[in-house]
Amino acid sequence: MPPAVQTERDLRLDLFRGLALWLIFLDHIPSNIVSWITIRNYGFSDATEIFVFISGYTAAFVYGRAMRERGFIVASARILKRAWQVYVAHIFLFVVYMAQIAYVSARFDNPLFTEEMGIFEFLKQPDVTLLQALLLKFKPVNMDVLPLYIALLVVFPPFVWALVRQPTLALAGSVLLYALTQYFDWNLTAYPSGHWAFNPFAWQFLFAFGAWCALGGARKIQRAARSPLVLGLSAAYLLIAFSIVMTWHFPRYAFLVPRWLSDWMYPIDKANLDILRFLHFAALTTLTVHFIPREAPWLKSSIFFPAILCGQHSLEIFCLGVFLSFASHFIMVEVAGGITMQIVVSALGILAMIATANLISWYKYIERNRPEPPSSPGRPLAGGEA
Amino acid sequence: MRMFFTALTGLLVCMASIANAEDGACLVAANLAHADFALPRIAAAIQKKQLNVTIIGSASSTIMGPAGLKSAYPIRLEAALARRFPDIAVKVSSHATPRQTAAEMSHGLERILVDEKPALVIWQTGTVDAMLGIDPEEFRSTLDEGVDIIQKASANVIFMNMQYSPRTDTMIAAAPYNDAMRWVALQREIPLFDRLSIMRLWNDLGTFDFHSTTKSTDMAERVHNCIAQLLADLTVESARIAAPELKDVR
Repeated sequence: MPPAVQTERDLRLDLFRGLALWLIFLDHIPSNIVSWITIRNYGFSDATEIFVFISGYTAAFVYGRAMRERGFIVASARILKRAWQVYVAHIFLFVVYMAQIAYVSARFDNPLFTEEMGIFEFLKQPDVTLLQALLLKFKPVNMDVLPLYIALLVVFPPFVWALVRQPTLALAGSVLLYALTQYFDWNLTAYPSGHWAFNPFAWQFLFAFGAWCALGGARKIQRAARSPLVLGLSAAYLLIAFSIVMTWHFPRYAFLVPRWLSDWMYPIDKANLDILRFLHFAALTTLTVHFIPREAPWLKSSIFFPAILCGQHSLEIFCLGVFLSFASHFIMVEVAGGITMQIVVSALGILAMIATANLISWYKYIERNRPEPPSSPGRPLAGGEA
Repeated sequence: MRMFFTALTGLLVCMASIANAEDGACLVAANLAHADFALPRIAAAIQKKQLNVTIIGSASSTIMGPAGLKSAYPIRLEAALARRFPDIAVKVSSHATPRQTAAEMSHGLERILVDEKPALVIWQTGTVDAMLGIDPEEFRSTLDEGVDIIQKASANVIFMNMQYSPRTDTMIAAAPYNDAMRWVALQREIPLFDRLSIMRLWNDLGTFDFHSTTKSTDMAERVHNCIAQLLADLTVESARIAAPELKDVR
C-alpha cells in the first residue's frame, strides 16, 4: 500500500515527524539505554522541537488552504474540532496514567522510598485531581506536549487568518509575544503548584514559525538559508552545542566550559524555549533541508516508509507512544529491567507504533472506498468529515 | 540452648561478613562521589578538633520506624567521620522534616546555623519540589539564596540530590531539579553528592534491588550506611583539597 499522500506533500515532514515520535517514545522510558541514540543527548534541542515545528507547518498547510478557500468560520471550526480531538486524546491518556499509578500505589511498599510514595497522595483527592486534569492544570510527567498542542490550536484561527494576509506581520507578532514572555515571565499556572512545563506563550513561536514557513516563509528565507555562511555557522553551532552537552555527560570535564560562557548560558530553559534551543533546532533544520532535498528519490524507498506512515498519523501515534512508554516502564519495573529488556521493549514499542499507523491507514482506506450506501431519503445526512 | 547460641553466632558472623562485602560493593560508586572543590571550613574545624555537621533535608534523610534513629545516614555519618578522625569531636545533627520544599528548609536555616555553628551543612533536597511541581527556576534561586545564608554563617555546603526510585521514575519529574542543583553547585563551587546517579549505579549493578516490595527496613538501613560511607569520604576528600596535610585515619 503506497503512502496515502498527495503528490505535492513534502515527505520530509512526515519522515521527521515520524522519527520525532519514535524519539519522544524512547526518551519517555526512564533508564532506557536505547534513549542514548536520541538527539537530546547530543545538542540543546530535542524531538519536542521537531514535533512542534512540523505540527505548526502541517496545521498551517491544511488550515491555511481552508482559510483561503472556505473562509474564517469553516477553517476555525475545523481547527477547534481538531483541538477537541487532541483534548479527548489527552484525557484518555490521563486515565491510563491514573490506572497505572493507582496499581503501583496499591502494591508498592518499601521504607526506603517513603518520601517518593508521597506522589500517590493525589489519589486521595480525586475530586480536585480530576477537575484540575480536565482544566489542563494537573499534568503528569511526560504529558505536557498535548496540552501545549491544545492551547496552540485554540488560538490558531486568528493567527492563520493573519498569516494568510500579512505573513511577516503575523510572525512579527509571534516573535514579540515570545520576547515579552521571556522578559515578563508570563506563563499559565499549573496544579498543585508551578507553571506549565511547556510555556505556550514561548513555544507558540516555534509553532508559528513552522506555520509561517509552510505559507511561503520557507521560500523567502531559502536563499539565505542555503548560503555557505549560514550553513557554516549552523555546522559550527551544532559542533559547539555538541561539545557543551558532552560536558553534561562527563561532569569531570565541565571545567573546560569557560566560566563567562556558563554564567551567561545556564540554565538552558526548556519551559520557555530558550533561544539557544531554538537556534539549535534552526541550525539542525538548515543543514537537514540542505542535505536532504525535497525531491530526494530515496525518500520514497521502503526503508523510510514506516517512519513516514507514523508521521502521517501523528496524533494517534503520539498518544500511543506515551501509552507505550508507560507500559514499557511498567514491564521493566515489574518483570525485568536489564539492558536486553530495555532494547526489547524499545523495539517492540516502535514496531507497535508502525503496526498501528498501518492499521489506521487501512481504516482510512476502507472508509474512503466504501460502496455508496443505498439512498434513504427519510434520513438526514449524518456525520461529517470525521 | 547451646545449639541455638551456636546458630545465632554463626548467623551473626555470616551477617557481619555480608555487611563487609556490601561495604566493598557499595564503594563501586565511589568515583561518583568524587571531590571537585575545596571545603576549607571543614579542614579548619578538623584542625580545631571539633567538627559540627548539620543536615537539612526531607524524609529521605530518615528511615521511618524504630530503626530509623539508629541507622539513617546522618547518624551513620557521625560514626563514619568519628572513625576517620578518632581524636576529634564529631557531631552530626539532622533536621529532616518530611514534605519540606527547599524554600521551606531555607526559612529555618539562619536559626539552625546560629544554634549549631556547623562547619558543614549537607543540604538534601529536590524530591519534594519535584513532586509539587515548584518552578525549577524558583527552586534554583532558592538554592542560590540558601547558599548565601550558609556561607555568610562561615560554613561550607554539600548538596545532596534525590534518591533513585525506579517505580516512581515515570511519576516524578526529577530531571529539571537535578539540573538546577548541578548548575548551582557548579557555579558556587559546591560539591554535589549525586545520590541519584550513585543509587542508579547500584541498581544497574545489582548491588541493591530497589524494585523489591517489603515492609522491612533492612535494605533501607544498608543503603543509608553506604550513603554515609561515601558521604564521609567526600567530606574528607574535599577538606583535604583545602588542607593537603590532613591525614585521615581509617
